[in-house]
Amino acid sequence: METKYNDILFKEKLVSLFNEHRRKIGFNDTGQMSALRDNAFETFEKTGFPHTKIEDWRNTNLKNVFAHNYNVLFEAQADKPDIEKIFQCNIHNFDTHIIALYNGWYLSEDKHLITLPNGTIIGSLAQAVKEYPELVEKHYNKYADINENGLIALNTAFAQDGIFIYVPDGVETYKTIQIVNILDRDDKLFIQNKNLIIVGKNAKLTFLHCDDSYNYNRSFTNTVTEVFIDEGAVVDHYKLQNLNDSSALINTTYFHLEKESKLTSNAITLNGGLIRNKSNVILAGKKGKANIYGLYLVDKEQHIDNRVFVDHAESDCDSDELFKGIADDNATAVFNGHILVRKDSQKTNASQTNRNIQLTDKATVFSKPFLEIYADDVKCSHGATVGQLDEEALFYIKSRGIGEYDAKLLLLYAFAAKVINKISVEALRENIDDLVKKRLRGELAICDMCVLQCKTQEKTYEFEIDLSKI
Amino acid sequence: MLKIKDLQVSINGKTILRGLNLEVNKGEVHAIMGPNGTGKSTLANVIAGKPGYHIDKGEIIYKGKNILEMPPEVRAQEGIFLGFQYPVEIPGVSMTNFMRTAINEHRKYKGLDPMSAGEFLKLMKEKQKLVEIQAKLTNRSVNEGFSGGEKKKNEIFQMAMLEPNLAILDETDSGLDIDALKIVANGVNKLRTKENATIVITHYQRLLDYIVPDFVHVLFDGKIVKSGGKELALVLEEKGYEWIKDESSK
Ligand SMILES: Nc1ncnc2c1ncn2[C@@H]1O[C@H](COP(=O)(O)OP(=O)(O)OP(=O)(O)O)[C@@H](O)[C@H]1O
Ligand SMILES: [Mg+2]
Repeated sequence: METKYNDILFKEKLVSLFNEHRRKIGFNDTGQMSALRDNAFETFEKTGFPHTKIEDWRNTNLKNVFAHNYNVLFEAQADKPDIEKIFQCNIHNFDTHIIALYNGWYLSEDKHLITLPNGTIIGSLAQAVKEYPELVEKHYNKYADINENGLIALNTAFAQDGIFIYVPDGVETYKTIQIVNILDRDDKLFIQNKNLIIVGKNAKLTFLHCDDSYNYNRSFTNTVTEVFIDEGAVVDHYKLQNLNDSSALINTTYFHLEKESKLTSNAITLNGGLIRNKSNVILAGKKGKANIYGLYLVDKEQHIDNRVFVDHAESDCDSDELFKGIADDNATAVFNGHILVRKDSQKTNASQTNRNIQLTDKATVFSKPFLEIYADDVKCSHGATVGQLDEEALFYIKSRGIGEYDAKLLLLYAFAAKVINKISVEALRENIDDLVKKRLRGELAICDMCVLQCKTQEKTYEFEIDLSKI
Repeated sequence: MLKIKDLQVSINGKTILRGLNLEVNKGEVHAIMGPNGTGKSTLANVIAGKPGYHIDKGEIIYKGKNILEMPPEVRAQEGIFLGFQYPVEIPGVSMTNFMRTAINEHRKYKGLDPMSAGEFLKLMKEKQKLVEIQAKLTNRSVNEGFSGGEKKKNEIFQMAMLEPNLAILDETDSGLDIDALKIVANGVNKLRTKENATIVITHYQRLLDYIVPDFVHVLFDGKIVKSGGKELALVLEEKGYEWIKDESSK
């Protein structure tokens, strides 16, 4: 008898699930979406799952992820969690609109799509397809590329729900929109969401995307997010990942920037079994600006892979990447930064920095910058380092009476702070700052999620004192 | 307070200190002078507990205890302070947080409660005045982007904050302008009590006009080859080290 690899078995299972549930999966689709789905499915059937022989996946092996038997939910779960409990607490001092996906499906008290007084529409993508089919169709799958890898195709074939945000032209949403992905099941779940964010001309949006586990069960999430940023719009995008050690998360985000728009994206990974964050950024109009930042703290057997592709498709654009990470125990951290400056994209300013601290011999760090430049009038810089803690600094701190543990903590925190300080929303920055400190001290529990963490912030960790506030 | 007996230290297989003896008592100021590369900083580092050195022989007795096995932070909590010849820049760690952590660690060691933010702020202000260090420096990351002189002043500021029993100042005077030198010396003098002791490592007799030592030692080739009163520094200033080299090679 032929032995099949787990990825083949899983693929076969998904293919039969798709055929079996095809009508249910697409019951909400517009004609265009339905055709996309079938096309994507064909692509997935042909390509299958990505594997380590593909350059982009060389350092991220999904083999162990496929070794489990996952369930797929083709409709929202009937029983809902205590919504009150989820929505009652909020980040201290941080006024947000919270929207949640619960085991892959939009969770709401009543309406699945709401229009804020300023005209911003937020809610479920499935609902948006029903209510605003034209708006959705105009952008749906226009930026994602089903040929990028099998998982993108798979997501496009299967995705039924996700988050939808639309900010009309000229509207500035002052309140941060917080998207919470809640996984809470007793079985192993495979979740595929698709999020669509449309930000109109000169509009402004800040959103925070939290991926949290509520328990220690295994899960596999494959999410695709498309963000369209129209002319002159400003988008601040934050990602906060605190998943359990058995979780796998593949996150692919496509940012499309029109002229003179500005994107700042900051992904903070506090915990997770296997996480792959891929950001595709297209600077499609002149004078666009993209800041892509990330901080990752991995230990035990955890694996984090951050990938950024910045396409300078037009001239006079700036991009700035800063990724910093700490790999402890047997953890693996991967960073790949690809900057493409096309032939006519003169006056491009692109910089990319990746810094890693490898705390043990068993931890592994792969860092690969890749600059592909076809224009001549460009300023590009890149730097990648993998180092240990600075022994001289460690001794200096100890010589003042601070013990090994706190001395290391001070240095690790200082290392991470550069990325945290890029967070421009103060309340969020303070909150993430606390979470990072907790994480570094090994005190961050999986249930310390951004939303449910109702405790007021800690203010007085020994080295934390801000004199300007006394 | 400090008794160093027949100390022999090597680094990477190279012997630096070769049977060094030194005794420092409460209330005393000792100056250690000597040519470049003879082991002055090595001695200071070994007393403070810097890793990487191999103690081949001898002992360092501080307050009656052999401290060679003691981790550096405990030595600091026991009252040893090293003013670094080359203070380290620590980007991202603010001076304030650094000092607050240090002070509270010292207090914890003594069984005291952590200092309140208010008390701490008051202490900072008081000590800033003492060493005439600008408040804006203490709001920055530890030594980051500080000028050479500012770094040295910052060492004295930290010393003032921690009030050590035994301060070892490794070339704290080098890189300081005349005014800064006076300020630093003045700071050191104000912190002097009958209970504490200071070891100043210097190349210049000028500092000793301001911080008047009880003893001057010459460290040469890993040993203290000559000791005397403050007038020895004047002789060294005038005659250099050649005569001592000759004398000790005899
Ligand atoms: N890590 C090391 N490996 C090898 N040799 C070292 C190391 N550190 C110091 N040394 C050597 O030890 C000797 C003593 O150095 P030390 O810094 O103690 O001298 P010093 O007396 O303080 O000199 P200076 O007056 O220039 O400050 C020097 O020859 C130096 O090169
Ligand atoms: Mg020296």
